[in-house]
Amino acid sequence: MYELFKDLGAWLVSGEQWAGSDGIGHRLAEHLQYSLLATLIAAAIALPVGLLIGHTGRGAFLAINLSSFGRALPTVGLVVLVFLASGLSMWPVYIALVALAIPSIVTNTYAGMTAVDPEVRDAARGQGMRWHQVLFQVELPLALPLIMTGLRLALIQVVATATIAAYVSFGGLGRYVFDGLAQRDLVQVLGGAVLVAVVAVVLDLALSGLQRALFRHRPAKSA
Amino acid sequence: MTVDWSWIADHTDDLTTLTLSHLQAALTAVLLGLLVSLPLAVVAHRVRALRGLLLGLSNILFTIPSIAVFVLLLPVSGLTRTTTVIGLTIYTLVVLLRNTVEGLDSVPAKTKEAAKAMGTRPLRTLLTVELPLALPVIMAGVRIATVMAISLVSVATYIGDGGLGQLFTDGFQRNFPTPVIVGVVLTLLLALVADALLVTLQYVLTPWTRRKRSA
Repeated sequence: MYELFKDLGAWLVSGEQWAGSDGIGHRLAEHLQYSLLATLIAAAIALPVGLLIGHTGRGAFLAINLSSFGRALPTVGLVVLVFLASGLSMWPVYIALVALAIPSIVTNTYAGMTAVDPEVRDAARGQGMRWHQVLFQVELPLALPLIMTGLRLALIQVVATATIAAYVSFGGLGRYVFDGLAQRDLVQVLGGAVLVAVVAVVLDLALSGLQRALFRHRPAKSA
Repeated sequence: MTVDWSWIADHTDDLTTLTLSHLQAALTAVLLGLLVSLPLAVVAHRVRALRGLLLGLSNILFTIPSIAVFVLLLPVSGLTRTTTVIGLTIYTLVVLLRNTVEGLDSVPAKTKEAAKAMGTRPLRTLLTVELPLALPVIMAGVRIATVMAISLVSVATYIGDGGLGQLFTDGFQRNFPTPVIVGVVLTLLLALVADALLVTLQYVLTPWTRRKRSA
């Protein structure tokens, strides 16, 4: 056990492991690229949907059940399925990751919108604000903390799942996990797993730090 | 991409075995998760100092990718069902712990004081007053944890287990979509049925919430 951790430590810090096109640096960049791009695309789709559902109150059933469906969807199956359908392109990775990220963003955006005090909304309308003014100047700012939580949750899930991209022959940090499993090289497998976990934890801490910095002036309201 | 129906007809036995093994892994994990998180939640609820620590720790565990958790457990428990169950249990812990603590928090102080005034001892208050009243929130956690565990079992296919997840690797290796589609559909169905059963269980266990709603 001790030997294993020593080898793992050596693997993680060795210079040759970090360099080159299959080095950690490159794999890390790939992993971040998949994760961030997929989360951005998902946000571009899910945010308007969540805001619209929250603003109009229509389709609430969809918003609530979407998260349950998203949680039940086996991502490994999804990645493999899109891969078999579309062949060797970047599509399977992005489609699967985006599909995974959408539910938590929609649900949390919707939850943030419904948590807005109806009296505040009425007051805004009573002052003669148009619907888009109510949405963007009142509801959105108030819903922002929960929206951020949804984005964080989505990003964490996506970072974790991007590992599976390597299973259908793409790059990213999952490469080490699957190559290691194939070569029965436990040190490499563990190295990949540790790196993914570190990326997930660091990104989550960074986003929660950003969230705290952005909303420092506002007392935390427990939902 | 077409579904080869004859493959499904030829493999109903295998599919049944895989579904049962899938369900067994998920349910064992949720039960273990409950067993571990209940006492921890009571501690986190009573001892304010430990609360942040326990919840923070479980949050960090949650950010670790599932494949990484399974792989990190390999030196401990190897390519076995135990690894699958421990890995899944770690995931269920986060949801179960948070919801159980929130559930206990939601019990009105007056109710607890009334129990105390009637001379009910602390342990009895916990078992007969606090836990039943916290049940709706705890059950919400159990539902989330169960659905999540059912979907995550398939990740364990990379460590040689994984129930229905084996259909994904099988379909991928043979470039044959039917098992993959069947696997995804069965996983979703399993999650749906389990969730519906848990809703029913909660309905049966908490008759007082119904009375309140109808009044």
